[in-house]
Amino acid sequence: MNLHEYQAKSLLSEFGIPMPSGALIQSADEVGDGAHLPASESGRWVVKAQVHSGARGKAGGVRLVDEVAGVTQAATDLLGTRLVTLQSGPAGLPVDSLLVEPAADIRHEYYLAVTVDRALQRVVMVASSQGGMDIEAVAEQHPESIHRAVVNPTVGLGAYQARELAFALGLPVDQMKGFVSLALKLYRAFIERDAALIEINPLAALTDGELAIVDAKVALDDNAEYRQAEWWKRRDIAQEDPAERKAIDHGLNYVSLDGNIACMVNGAGLAMATMDLIQHAGGKPANFLDVGGGTSAAKVTEAFKLILENPRVEAILVNIFGGIVRCDLIAEGIIEAAREVALEVPTVVRLAGTNAEQGRRMLAESGLALTAEDELAAAANRAVALANTKREAGR
Amino acid sequence: MSILVDESTRVICQGFTGKQGTFHSEQAIAYGTRLVGGVTPGKGGQTHLGLPVFDTVADAVRETGATASMIYVPAPFAADSILEAAAAGIEVIACITEGIPVIDMLKVKAVLAQDYPDACLIGPNCPGLITPDSCKIGIMPGSIHSKGRVGIVSRSGTLTYEAVAQTTATGLGQSTCVGIGGDPIGGLDFIDCLSRFADDPQTELVLMVGEIGGGAEEAAAEFIRQGYPKPVVAYIAGATAPAGKRMGHAGAVIAGGQGTAAAKCAALRAAGVHVVDSPAELGVTAARVLENRSEGMSTS
Repeated sequence: MNLHEYQAKSLLSEFGIPMPSGALIQSADEVGDGAHLPASESGRWVVKAQVHSGARGKAGGVRLVDEVAGVTQAATDLLGTRLVTLQSGPAGLPVDSLLVEPAADIRHEYYLAVTVDRALQRVVMVASSQGGMDIEAVAEQHPESIHRAVVNPTVGLGAYQARELAFALGLPVDQMKGFVSLALKLYRAFIERDAALIEINPLAALTDGELAIVDAKVALDDNAEYRQAEWWKRRDIAQEDPAERKAIDHGLNYVSLDGNIACMVNGAGLAMATMDLIQHAGGKPANFLDVGGGTSAAKVTEAFKLILENPRVEAILVNIFGGIVRCDLIAEGIIEAAREVALEVPTVVRLAGTNAEQGRRMLAESGLALTAEDELAAAANRAVALANTKREAGR
Repeated sequence: MSILVDESTRVICQGFTGKQGTFHSEQAIAYGTRLVGGVTPGKGGQTHLGLPVFDTVADAVRETGATASMIYVPAPFAADSILEAAAAGIEVIACITEGIPVIDMLKVKAVLAQDYPDACLIGPNCPGLITPDSCKIGIMPGSIHSKGRVGIVSRSGTLTYEAVAQTTATGLGQSTCVGIGGDPIGGLDFIDCLSRFADDPQTELVLMVGEIGGGAEEAAAEFIRQGYPKPVVAYIAGATAPAGKRMGHAGAVIAGGQGTAAAKCAALRAAGVHVVDSPAELGVTAARVLENRSEGMSTS
């Protein structure tokens, strides 16, 4: 789960990490005469759209303003709109709140993050003297500027490791103590909040010599929801794809794609493989959809409903490998679901495994627009052919 | 021969009397697995499915001589169960449970490496492992397997069954199938399984099923490139998956341009692996590779 910037800063401040004073506003009226905006020595503020995406600045979602009226103007311009960034997809993300902070006088921008390195199977702290830009771009252009500390989980991040990073970044000695303290607190926050990523970018060295957190990004481990309930309550579902959100509510795993052939599969790996097969057969997958191992008629019905909400879908490929779940039960679920949603989109069902033959017979005898196939590639080919026929008939 | 488990392996189930533990223990017994008991804290001394229940894994090991365990304990308690099994001296620990927090697994991995280097963890979030006709530890349907020549290692569940069914249909059969799981932090990896298959005389070919995310397939490719004694056939799921989206499995996400199917396939091909573009071609490709190999041998 991704947090907004203001939520990330609130989470980190609970660990004693100093944050810039900020105000969250949700309507232009709230700005008023600026009385409750944070005090700004420079007289300038930064107004930042709170959306689950990076690259907000380039998309016009971050404004530097030099008077209260500018804050009001930014609020009027941004709130209630959708921000389209390089990462958001063409539909963009809704801007429902803005974070207003005093503008900082920045001398240099660093990068500091905590994440899990899968190859090392350890938490790593990553630091770079080249902050303020995408870390992937830094890795490409200035790989020598990226430094890493690999953490042994039984002792946690060592102060010596934080010092090594500080020296590697070339921080002046008077900033050392502040940096080490920040690094240790970030690591603690990462562990105690079950984070998947904490990213401070930029971490700014101000003209007065202080280190300050300018932007913060936190993502939490989805597996740890049960013990971070306080933070999961603050999840902003408006930032998530509506279809994907609905899927989660029904215990389904769904990702929207832009193709024409929908698929419904049991198991994540087989679901990806089914998408690949559709492409191999000359079609384009409309979604990833894993109905899970022990699936039921109710789940299959919800899955069909979800698929049919996508107007681009021209054919459906159901691919079920019945293991512990018997294919005749799956077939029963599919028939029930197809009746309930009045299925009209041509649908190919491939059943394999336990009682597959019985399941296929049930589908054939149902009188519904269901085509049964028993072979994987043939099923994908058939789904693509049916979609093509449908499109040509529609012309 | 096989790897990790065979007909003599004594197996216990952690989470034995729960719904999942009960169902899959019944299936394992029906398959012929030498299940010798189970563990549910507080139910020690009872009998379940005709087998003894123990309070602790240590008790179960002492009383039954078990060397393998299958874990069906809910996610909040599963990391603890893995450590309990390792501490009791269990050698093969298959953790089926999905949804264990990453931080818990990081700690488990560190403790296993430091204190129990001989324990083999399989999973979590995996279907388990099976040596056909001998020992089934996990949730895979036993009926699709047949004893034979192909070793299978996979990050997926149902996609593994697909590979199994295809190698059964072509008459090749399987030596052992290991589902290593879909989580970013797990136990045995591709290289661990490839090493074991290399030493197993029954395994003539290894079938590897990978997916997007992480660098385990690339690492396996490098391992194979340095000289692997048996042919390897591979399929990588997720060529059509978009970047930045988690595709069901926690570990299946293309992040920062890393972990794409294209990069993994290229690395494997460069290592001499027979990479198939379609998952429907796993079985026939394995059969063809083995056939060409035996022809090559007979003419030389």
